[in-house]
Amino acid sequence: MSNDAATTTTTTPRTVDGPQTEPPAHGLGASLPPADARAKTEGTFPYAADLWAEGLLWAAILRSPHPHARISSIDTSAALEMPGVRAVVTHEDIPGDSAYGRRIADRPVFASELVRHHGEAIAAVAADHPDTARLAAAAIAVEYEVLEPVTDPEKAFAAEPLHPDGNLIRHIPLRYGDPDVTGEVIVEGLYRIGRQDPAPIGAEAGLAVPRPDGGVELYVASTDPHTDRDLAAACFGLEPDRVKVVVTGVPGATGDREDPGFQLPLGLLALRTGCPVKLTATREESFLGHAHRHPTLLRYRHHADTEGHLVKVEAQLLLDAGAYADASSESLAAAVAFACGPYVVPHAFIEGWAVRTNNPPSGHVRGEGAMQVCAAYEAQMDKLSAKLGVDPTELRLRNALATGDILPTGQTVTCPAPVAELLRSVRDFPLPSLPKDSPENDWLLPGGPEGAGEPGAIRRGVGYALGMVHMLGAEGADEVSTATVKVHDGIATVICAAVETGQGFSTLARQIVQETLGIEEVHVASIDTDQPPAGPAAHGRHTWVSGGAVERAAKMVRTQLLQPLAHKFGMSTELLQITDGKITSYDGVLSTTVMEAMDGKELWATAQCRPHPTEPLDESGQGDAFVGLAFCAIRAVVDVDIELGSIRVVEMAVAQDVGRVLNPAQLAARIEAGVTQGVGTALTENLRTARGLVRHPDLTGYALPTSLDAPDIRIVKLVEERDVVAPFGAKAASAVPVVTSPAAVASAVRAATGRPINRLPIRPQAAVAVPNS
Amino acid sequence: MTTHAPQTGQSVTLPASLDEAVAALTAMPAAVPVAGGTDLMAAVNKGQLRPAGLVGLGRISEIRGWRYQDGHALLGAGLTHARMGRPDFAALIPALAAAARAAGPPQIRNAGTLGGNIATAAPTGDTLPVLAALEADLVIAGPGGTRREIPVSHLLAGREMLAPAELIGFVRVPLLHAPQVFLKATGRTGPGRATASVAVVLDPARRGVRCAVGAIAPMPLRPLEAERWIASLIDWDGERGLAGEALAAFGEYVAAACIPDPAPAEQGEEQPVLPPAVLHVRRTVAALARRALGRALS
Repeated sequence: MSNDAATTTTTTPRTVDGPQTEPPAHGLGASLPPADARAKTEGTFPYAADLWAEGLLWAAILRSPHPHARISSIDTSAALEMPGVRAVVTHEDIPGDSAYGRRIADRPVFASELVRHHGEAIAAVAADHPDTARLAAAAIAVEYEVLEPVTDPEKAFAAEPLHPDGNLIRHIPLRYGDPDVTGEVIVEGLYRIGRQDPAPIGAEAGLAVPRPDGGVELYVASTDPHTDRDLAAACFGLEPDRVKVVVTGVPGATGDREDPGFQLPLGLLALRTGCPVKLTATREESFLGHAHRHPTLLRYRHHADTEGHLVKVEAQLLLDAGAYADASSESLAAAVAFACGPYVVPHAFIEGWAVRTNNPPSGHVRGEGAMQVCAAYEAQMDKLSAKLGVDPTELRLRNALATGDILPTGQTVTCPAPVAELLRSVRDFPLPSLPKDSPENDWLLPGGPEGAGEPGAIRRGVGYALGMVHMLGAEGADEVSTATVKVHDGIATVICAAVETGQGFSTLARQIVQETLGIEEVHVASIDTDQPPAGPAAHGRHTWVSGGAVERAAKMVRTQLLQPLAHKFGMSTELLQITDGKITSYDGVLSTTVMEAMDGKELWATAQCRPHPTEPLDESGQGDAFVGLAFCAIRAVVDVDIELGSIRVVEMAVAQDVGRVLNPAQLAARIEAGVTQGVGTALTENLRTARGLVRHPDLTGYALPTSLDAPDIRIVKLVEERDVVAPFGAKAASAVPVVTSPAAVASAVRAATGRPINRLPIRPQAAVAVPNS
Repeated sequence: MTTHAPQTGQSVTLPASLDEAVAALTAMPAAVPVAGGTDLMAAVNKGQLRPAGLVGLGRISEIRGWRYQDGHALLGAGLTHARMGRPDFAALIPALAAAARAAGPPQIRNAGTLGGNIATAAPTGDTLPVLAALEADLVIAGPGGTRREIPVSHLLAGREMLAPAELIGFVRVPLLHAPQVFLKATGRTGPGRATASVAVVLDPARRGVRCAVGAIAPMPLRPLEAERWIASLIDWDGERGLAGEALAAFGEYVAAACIPDPAPAEQGEEQPVLPPAVLHVRRTVAALARRALGRALS
């Protein structure tokens, strides 16, 4: 990879036949494997569910069986009388704040008067045996007055308030341009997006250990330890420094973990009993408790001229937030801001609402807001292309956004936006061969190897989608991270509270230090809240802010290391180079080793990275709300059995705007994971509810993609156009394929069947293309 | 370390024969028999079931294989899906092998048994429509070494139940020496529960076609009229093939029999129609039945 050119593009080896340059073994650009890969593969990596403490008690949570009910009474006496039960806590036993929320404190730790969603916590029990705890929780007598649940977000506006704050969490009426302009061609659509669950492979688990000083330590798989610490301290009525969150291994996180509603009862029980308390959620509790992707209803009207240039977009977006605000405000901002997609739209009128209902809670799941609108605006582009008779890629190219264009929020796109290049790359990539052209290969039909698929009923479709996401927190969020780098005895250590959720941050941190200091052996310290905060693991921010902080700290150590040498030889530190543990000067005169230069000293440096500030969207949805944007183009190829409506995604060709490739293997893994999650969103993943009650909260009813469902994923092109404001010029890579792939799959199914496909996940009956019998 | 604490005071017996197992269940009526455990343990882990005792059937070698018995195969109830999916079994009872291969991921097929599939009697049990189409009989072991036989459909329909301490010992399946097909529609390409499944078996000796539809009702459904009608069209001594129209008509006939139209409306009222989701299931059944018969006759 060349470092001198500002703009380079690379293609992954799988699509290139020419000679490849040897990739570096370490430092930036190397495919450094994760340090914990072996332990995770062998099953020795400790997750929170594996923790143990002498004399621990087991917790269980009593959850509401109703989505909406008034609590008349809670009688815990039967539970307390059970042998082995050590404590029962309800809303009456909270010493501090009884409500919490990562953004707005509107959610009770335990429901006191009103239950607002199925599975809301009402009480928690600690006992000396997990079965005893569960039985005791079941023995708590709660009298409910069952109320009519509000489950249709459209009816939430007029319904009785479900919460003292009212049912409207946020409304953004974005107005950009002239409302009276109309286009010669108009297409309209109504779209529905289902409820995706983050479905982490490891359910929630944690251990709380009381401290002799009256404080408590929480061992949880947190992705935002300092916020969780602050919420816990407020709930426990303790100063923040008496609560310590220790981050354990994170078993999968595509949203916020852990749900504070899980760790707060745990800490309360530990403080109450004076014993360590452990809680492991069942899969059902996991489905009921944590935040889901916002189910969204979208109404669109696109205006274009006869040439296919977009004139105006009008849209109404309704996000079902569930009962509590959580991250809905940010999700809505992203949905409204990106409602037109990566296209140039001179006039846009987007109304967005996030409302409360008695449905399961919604919150941060990667690509939130942006994913739902992508499925809708890309469906609109398909409709427009059909109406105009213009090729779908040609229509998209005519409208593609580029650097210097203006978003409907009034923000100018200053970062690289190679949207047209991405789309051309996937369009020009050769299509996969048809089964009849390669009869030697087994053809995996929709429905699987033992399924009912019949070749004569299979139609193949090709579809395209362009997607965009923002990186880092938006609308004035203070995005800051602090990192410390220590070097001693030829070994470097990174101390940074950026949680490794599987996104690869700890590997990246090692690479950054290797690159800057030329030290091969780099360790990443485990994380707790005694370290300075690094913020949540979300919106790809750790690559940017925490990576930036690590780089600055490493550079400060480098200066400390080289300063004496530079002084001695009368040259600036910039003229000295560190490679493979050796320090050499530009002219080769000086040569020494890092070990010698260290002279037994220990070098420490701490640095912060704080990107340039953003501003909230104003009352007409205008403002420079985002630090950076990332783009992606995907071409989906699907096979549809048009009689059964069964769908298999054959291939996803991805071109992505990544800024700079820092770890090729890890980047490919992130893109493949994102595309696979997107295939789930498109085809199967929907946590169904009936009148607010969650149906089938298990992994049989909630069908995740398996290896047979995952398509061939071709990373056709990674556009490396450096984002000058981002550290290393790199863009976050995980979220944008999640956002784009459901729309691409829907587009391909549309092409195969001729059906409108206005609902995700796509139900089989929507993909049937034979007349009703 | 495990999050599941040891089950205190729970008795587990591991009998070596069917009669010992029955005796163990007689001695402790609260005990639950467990074979593959793929359904039972899921219920235990969910906290829905706390069996006071377990009688493990895994060591009963007599029910883990099969043998021939006057034109029938006597299948042990402990046969796993993985075993039934193998080619030697497929040569014997192709539709049962296909159903076993289509059932769940490999981990489940390695553990889950034929007897368990029948005892659980889940609507989506993949072997059940095949057993219904084959008109299989169950050999049930009872206290004192008694054996009784009942048709599998009687158990699935609840016409006859297992008495306390009784166990499904064997499944007697006729060997028809003719094509059989099992087809299943699911929501994804990977392993999943059937949204509808169809088993079609040919019985040339009796000049019959037998068909059963699974997963759309609490038990497999047999469209008997459609079976008789299509059997009368087949030239049993000749090519056996049917025109596409006949296959399609068979599919429609089966689907309409299993998912009938709503009763005609009273005068002056609007004719009720099937909801779209039900219509989709009907269409799916029609397509599966057409394809299954087509493959059986090709």
